[in-house]
Amino acid sequence: MVVLRKEFLLIFRDKMILPMMFVMPVVQLILFPFAADLDVRELKIVVVDNDHSSYSQQLVLKIASTDLFQIYAAPNSYKDALRYIGKNQADIILQIPQGFERGLTRENSSEVAIAADAVNIVKAGLGTSYLITIIQNFNQQIRLEWNQGVKMTAPVELEYSFWYNPFMKYRNYMVPAILVLLMTVLSGFISALNIVREKEEGTIEQINVTPLKKWQFVLGKMIPFWLIGIFVMSLGIAIMHFVYGIHIEGSLGTLFLFGMVYITGILGLGLLISTFAHTQQQSMFISFFFIMILILLSGLFTNVESMPRWAFIFSDLLPITHFMHAVRAIVIKGSAFLDIWKDMVYIIVFSIIINMLAVLNYRKTN
Amino acid sequence: MRTKEKNISQKQRGIKVLRAFIHKEFLHVFRDKRTLLIMFVLPIVQILIFGFALTNEVKNIRLLVVNPTNDVASQQLIEKIKASSYFTIKHVEPTPRNVDNYFKNSEIHCALILPENMSSKSNETTEIQIITDASDPNFSKIAINYLSATITDFLNKPNVVQKMPMQIKTETRMLYNPSMNGSMNFVPGLIALIMMIVCTTLTAVSIVREKEFGMMEVLLVSPIRPIFVLISKAIPYFLLSSVNLIIILVLSNVVLNVPIRGSLFLIVFVSMLYILTCLALGLLVSNVTSSQAFAMMFSMAGILLPIILFTGFIFPIENMPIGFQWFSNILPSRWFFLIMQSVMLKGRGFADVWLEILVLFTMMIVLTAISLKKFKIRLQ
Repeated sequence: MVVLRKEFLLIFRDKMILPMMFVMPVVQLILFPFAADLDVRELKIVVVDNDHSSYSQQLVLKIASTDLFQIYAAPNSYKDALRYIGKNQADIILQIPQGFERGLTRENSSEVAIAADAVNIVKAGLGTSYLITIIQNFNQQIRLEWNQGVKMTAPVELEYSFWYNPFMKYRNYMVPAILVLLMTVLSGFISALNIVREKEEGTIEQINVTPLKKWQFVLGKMIPFWLIGIFVMSLGIAIMHFVYGIHIEGSLGTLFLFGMVYITGILGLGLLISTFAHTQQQSMFISFFFIMILILLSGLFTNVESMPRWAFIFSDLLPITHFMHAVRAIVIKGSAFLDIWKDMVYIIVFSIIINMLAVLNYRKTN
Repeated sequence: MRTKEKNISQKQRGIKVLRAFIHKEFLHVFRDKRTLLIMFVLPIVQILIFGFALTNEVKNIRLLVVNPTNDVASQQLIEKIKASSYFTIKHVEPTPRNVDNYFKNSEIHCALILPENMSSKSNETTEIQIITDASDPNFSKIAINYLSATITDFLNKPNVVQKMPMQIKTETRMLYNPSMNGSMNFVPGLIALIMMIVCTTLTAVSIVREKEFGMMEVLLVSPIRPIFVLISKAIPYFLLSSVNLIIILVLSNVVLNVPIRGSLFLIVFVSMLYILTCLALGLLVSNVTSSQAFAMMFSMAGILLPIILFTGFIFPIENMPIGFQWFSNILPSRWFFLIMQSVMLKGRGFADVWLEILVLFTMMIVLTAISLKKFKIRLQ
């Protein structure tokens, strides 16, 4: 108990931890989702209309009327259009050749050319398919106008539904993930830093000569940070709910159950880092390296399953991948515990192994 | 005459001292094994991670097909989907009863619900329903695109003979990246990031370390002028960064198949300009801060995070709120990224990027001027 009190005192006296506890979640959760928006919208299109006919103008108008595209320029030649792409000012080119209307009315077919800037493959892929859809709709429309009376609906219609996120808001996907990242960084790496500081200042030697048992020391270190982690999680969930209006579909209890186990595992990781590092600077470097890998490979903003096999396996080994998956599933889809029990098993196994390693390693260093 | 001679010999001595200083700095850098390790391992690790693992491509879309009547048409469609490399059919079931469950335990990404009696040639319109798990909006959009393209292709096949009037055909080209290589966009961003780490963070930390050890005072009372202290500090890092640049360019070209289309001379010139800008920033950080830990925190939280967020190689700038877009403009990496994208990936020349180069150049001058001024103030 005394140890616990000392640790709490230390934390509350530390001028860095308290602001970090409150400011970091708020700042990150409020800034990040605005910056990290991978949505594809308002693509800039350059239209080269070499036909200047009524049909070609109608088509351009139709494209301009959607909110998917914004007509950036209308140069006269393809070469000029290419310059806009080369200077990163536009994303896609539509070229309507001369004789477009005549071809349609006399020869029953015409061709338009689409060229997309494929340096960004997501934009290029989605952009071309949006554009093709618009052109096909236009095609259908002029066909109907041409021979009125004859109904020509396709025999099979495709209907789409987007479940769990009907308005396709990218934010709903990002905010829970940022919460996960935040919990990881705060509880994992601040605890590592804290223990290493005791090492640097030599106070750890003093603790080591007291009759305090190892597990008591470790527990005394962990409990305050565990509570901080839970606190940050609650704060984040409140922000998620009140600022972004993201309703948690699943059960709050399941979410916290996952959170509690996960924080235990991450604290173990922090402890392990602190047994390796001798100075705060070193622990910061190691932590930074880990954070980067966690950010990049956890599926925070790229799809894990599309990665190459080795990266996928590696990502599967990271506890954050599973926790992130679980949090997203609970918040967005309302998955119940039974749907995601595998993630829980993994996080528990990880927590046990990493904490054992940490305690073992801690003994060795003394 | 004598004074002139004296001047010359002083100049020569100055150069000699400068040489000695640069030599000393090189020794510092090469003795610090950890920093060297970071410098050369980091680019390679990052190239591997960014290039291979980070991909925006969508593959392995897991699918549930609800097929109420198992007839010829629906079987053909299922076969066609199976043949595509994008999809894996996890289950085929007669009712849509389990769709929600499969979504909730993430077993599937999409559900394809076929109508009853697909083969029947009735004139009524039948409906194929596609449901996706839209928690990841981009993934679901792309998945739907692939799926509907496959289905449309399947449905149109029997109609080839029946010619539709007034057909608008589309010809699509993927410029600069016909094979849709996912790592292309990351490489210029990666160069921007690594140069910033090496030049800014490491330079700042190394100078602050001298301060912490009290070496700076010793340097400043030496007969060499402060500007030469700065120059001799900067030169080793400048050279190391150039080596790093070459490593990154070669690795991304050979390992990641990212083409270098523009003039190599322009690429190297712009990179040098960017390296100088980063060095100036590093010097500035080192002048403002006094402890290594703080310098490092500052470079990581204050410089690296904004660079990852606001350079535009991961998150598109144009989607951000207007304030963030303005903010992104003051980052040198943003301009460097734009230039590299145009020159390296798209093969444009100087005429298309002179404005960006001018901005970068101005930034370098301003940063150098500020850090020199700060440095002098510290002398008093």
